[in-house]
Amino acid sequence: MRIGIGLPSGVPGVRGGAVVRWAQRAEAAPFSSLAVIDRVAYDSYDPLLALTAAAAVTQRVKLVTAVLVSPLRNTVLLAKELASLDQLSGGRLVVGFAVGAREEDYLVAGIDHRGRGSRLTEQLRALRRIWEEGTVGPPPAQPGGPPFLVGGFADEAFARAARYAQGYFHGGGPPRAFARAAEVARMAWVEAGRPGRPELWGQGYFVLGEEARERGIRYMRDYYAFTGPMVERIVGQLLTTPQAVVQFVEGYAAAGCDELVLMPAVADLDQVDRLAEALACVW
Amino acid sequence: MRVVIVGGGPAGLYLALLLKKATPHHEITVLERNPPDATYGWGVVFSDRTLAEFREADEPTYREITERFVLWDAIDVYVHGERVRCGGHVFAGIARTALLQILQRRCAELGVVLRFRTEVRQPEDLPPYDLLVGADGVGSVVRSWYAEVFRPRITSGRTRYIWLGTPRPFGAFTFVFQQTEWGLFQAHAYPYEGCMSTFIVECGEDTWKRAGLEGANEVQTLRRCAEVFEEVLRGAPLLSNNSRWIRFPTLRTATWHHGRVVLLGDAAHTAHFSIGSGTKLAMEDAIALARALLDHEDVEMALAAYELERRPVVEAFQRAAAQSQRTFETTPRALRLDPYRLTLYLLTRSGRVSYDDLRVRDARFVQRVEARLASEWDDVRLARPPIHLPFVLRGLRLENRIVLRPAGACGALEGLPDEAQHRILGGFAARGAGLVLTEILAVSPEGRITPEDAGLYRGEHAEAWRRVVATVHAEGSRIGAVLGHAGRRGATRPRRFGLDLPLAEPWELLAPSAIPYHPDGPVPRAMDPSDMERVRDAFVRAARLAAQAGFDLLHLHFASGYLLASFLSPLTNRREDAYGGSFENRLRFPLEVFRAVREAWAGPLGVALPITDRARGGITEEEGLAIARAFREAGCDLVEVTAGQTVPADNPVYGRGYLVPYAEVVRLEVEVPVLAGGGIALSEANALVGSGRVDLCVLDLDEGLVDKSPQPFVS
Repeated sequence: MRIGIGLPSGVPGVRGGAVVRWAQRAEAAPFSSLAVIDRVAYDSYDPLLALTAAAAVTQRVKLVTAVLVSPLRNTVLLAKELASLDQLSGGRLVVGFAVGAREEDYLVAGIDHRGRGSRLTEQLRALRRIWEEGTVGPPPAQPGGPPFLVGGFADEAFARAARYAQGYFHGGGPPRAFARAAEVARMAWVEAGRPGRPELWGQGYFVLGEEARERGIRYMRDYYAFTGPMVERIVGQLLTTPQAVVQFVEGYAAAGCDELVLMPAVADLDQVDRLAEALACVW
Repeated sequence: MRVVIVGGGPAGLYLALLLKKATPHHEITVLERNPPDATYGWGVVFSDRTLAEFREADEPTYREITERFVLWDAIDVYVHGERVRCGGHVFAGIARTALLQILQRRCAELGVVLRFRTEVRQPEDLPPYDLLVGADGVGSVVRSWYAEVFRPRITSGRTRYIWLGTPRPFGAFTFVFQQTEWGLFQAHAYPYEGCMSTFIVECGEDTWKRAGLEGANEVQTLRRCAEVFEEVLRGAPLLSNNSRWIRFPTLRTATWHHGRVVLLGDAAHTAHFSIGSGTKLAMEDAIALARALLDHEDVEMALAAYELERRPVVEAFQRAAAQSQRTFETTPRALRLDPYRLTLYLLTRSGRVSYDDLRVRDARFVQRVEARLASEWDDVRLARPPIHLPFVLRGLRLENRIVLRPAGACGALEGLPDEAQHRILGGFAARGAGLVLTEILAVSPEGRITPEDAGLYRGEHAEAWRRVVATVHAEGSRIGAVLGHAGRRGATRPRRFGLDLPLAEPWELLAPSAIPYHPDGPVPRAMDPSDMERVRDAFVRAARLAAQAGFDLLHLHFASGYLLASFLSPLTNRREDAYGGSFENRLRFPLEVFRAVREAWAGPLGVALPITDRARGGITEEEGLAIARAFREAGCDLVEVTAGQTVPADNPVYGRGYLVPYAEVVRLEVEVPVLAGGGIALSEANALVGSGRVDLCVLDLDEGLVDKSPQPFVS
């Protein structure tokens, strides 16, 4: 299993320079990818711009949207942006898509929340078509475009992942929950008659070190406040010790995860090293 | 805080005592319309004697309840004059009156205000409250005041049932299936106190009417039911307690709380009686709500947390209950099964008990089942797990019930299978699959789904397949050729890129009507009579080539929105000639193709059919059954059930064995052998085959690591 790390681009108040330095630090550690979250009505960086900045200071790591709420975006412009980013990064882009869990983001963006699922399906097909037809340049650096992953918990999301993407991006939770979702993702894949098996990606949040823990918990509470009483459960899953990180990683590996992305709950640069150190025994 | 609870059933009383115990200064009032000693219903059953949660929540009532428990561990099935028993389960029963008395006493002791004979009709009837709890059952009045928020949806069961009692102590959970001149009656009986048992009688609507029960009064009803179940009652009378014949109402609500109002137990959700304890579920709700109110300062936050915790548990329960209900509502068709198979069918009905569980619970029962199944085969001397039983299709013998097939097309060139394909299919045979199926082989170049699809339309194809067939046969397996024509789903890119992504330069596609599969895809040509003739001939040619290649079985793929499937569905077939419109017309061309192949191919012939389109306006399950029936009558030996993909925007429903419910219906109603895939794991295959739900399992979850030499034992 590969292990990626999130950029702190979703942590409110983080300075641009810190995001860029974080990317460099992750490139130097053995992380396989850098991931970004996507929110509109929140103090977070635009996901594609954050990845572009990271692309400019890295050579090796994959750049991942975890996940992009694409129905909020114009499909043709998105095709241009994703292809540009794929070119600027030398073909290191992986795009995770989902409809998003927050209606508020749609309201603020003035986009109809209804029909978001079928719009996502159309986008997944249209992006490939636009790149193929070449009416909108540049072409993506990766032949046929970057790999797609789809996230979400509804049966339709699993079907979308199986039919129009290379795999499934799980939305977080204990390894057991991931294993259950992975099984459904495989069922949908077989039903769609796709060869081989789907790429299976997972994610979790971490904060390491005594002095950072409370800030991390506050951030999680704030970021997931919209889920109401669910928030405590999400906070409860925050990985706050090296031991918890290792158990989580091993649980995901055993459940058949291909790539696990660990998202930061605070933006302190030393979190990258702390995480790498915690993972030293599993790498 | 002032808490008013409407409804003095187990859930309301239990919540009251838990709250009062934890926060004695709060004012807890229970309003109950009946007197304290009135009760409806007989015994309640708990499918678990530990009730660990109850012990933790309130030790004194836990002790009293468990002391009164009647315990038993067996399930008896009476059918066709036989009794089959399976032990090792855990059940506990208690009289509903006893349970209520225990809870009432404890409430009084703790200082809960209990007001009996208090009918609440509108909100004005209530004392002032800070929290209002609707624990007033499935017909909840509290829920009705805020119906637009709670949005209750009640679905009624298809059968009639009545809740009776009898002074005959049954020693086990007893299911009785009794054929009568009016139709099938079934009873669910279990002991609960002294020599009393609950005795639920259930039957189909038609049977109920024919038996004169529609307008019958209480005396006539009891007499008729006692007469039906005379044998098992052994002269004991049936008793009524204000009992009525009803259809089971399954209740789901959009939310369980609104402001400072919350629903509990049956007021929020119900689950079919055949799965055991609605009472337990309701009491667990009470525990969770009491805990949430202690954990959260804010009442509304507490109510949200309560629902968040309980809803997934309840919904899982409701899913299992729906399966169980479906089983009992359709038993007339399951009565074709041997009593042992039927018992296994009932035991595994909700997916919560696996074959391996049963082996642990009652090894002798499993041995008896296996011996019984083995006795159906002259040449099977030793009992063995069901998936290791042979199967015969039109003279073709398969050594076991496991089917493997490749996922997705491989890299064929001009329809010629490549070495990888050969290796994969040979590997399936080596792993011990009784039957190996090919990917869909196109019957003509334009019938291919992608340019990399294998086909069976040229002599050299047959030659190539002959080598694959020889490899499979050398491993002792059998191989079937799956024939298909992509129709409007053709000319797409290989599926490693995704599903239904059109080629930049597609070849011409055929379909019943000129509607593209995806709006962004190529528009197919609506077929004319000469096209139809060509397609039919292509299938016949492929069948002859299959015979040349030495295939053991032929399987026609008439599903998943490919050419022949798109004739079947009204969503894709808009023709106005003899091949579109009515059900018979839509079936016409697929049947013509099938019959032509049937004539050209003497061996076993299967067909993959859509049992439902899973889309509005498409094929319904009922039509799907009629389609299966038509093919069986045309000489089909095996039906593979599939669902969806007729149109891209279908409503997929995934889960372990998600096609099994359809398979079961086809197998039992149409009486044709059935092949099913859809997330079946090897660990579940024994129960599915043994209980008569499917005949052959496609293992696509764990790719079927089949042990070729099962360890048989002498029974």
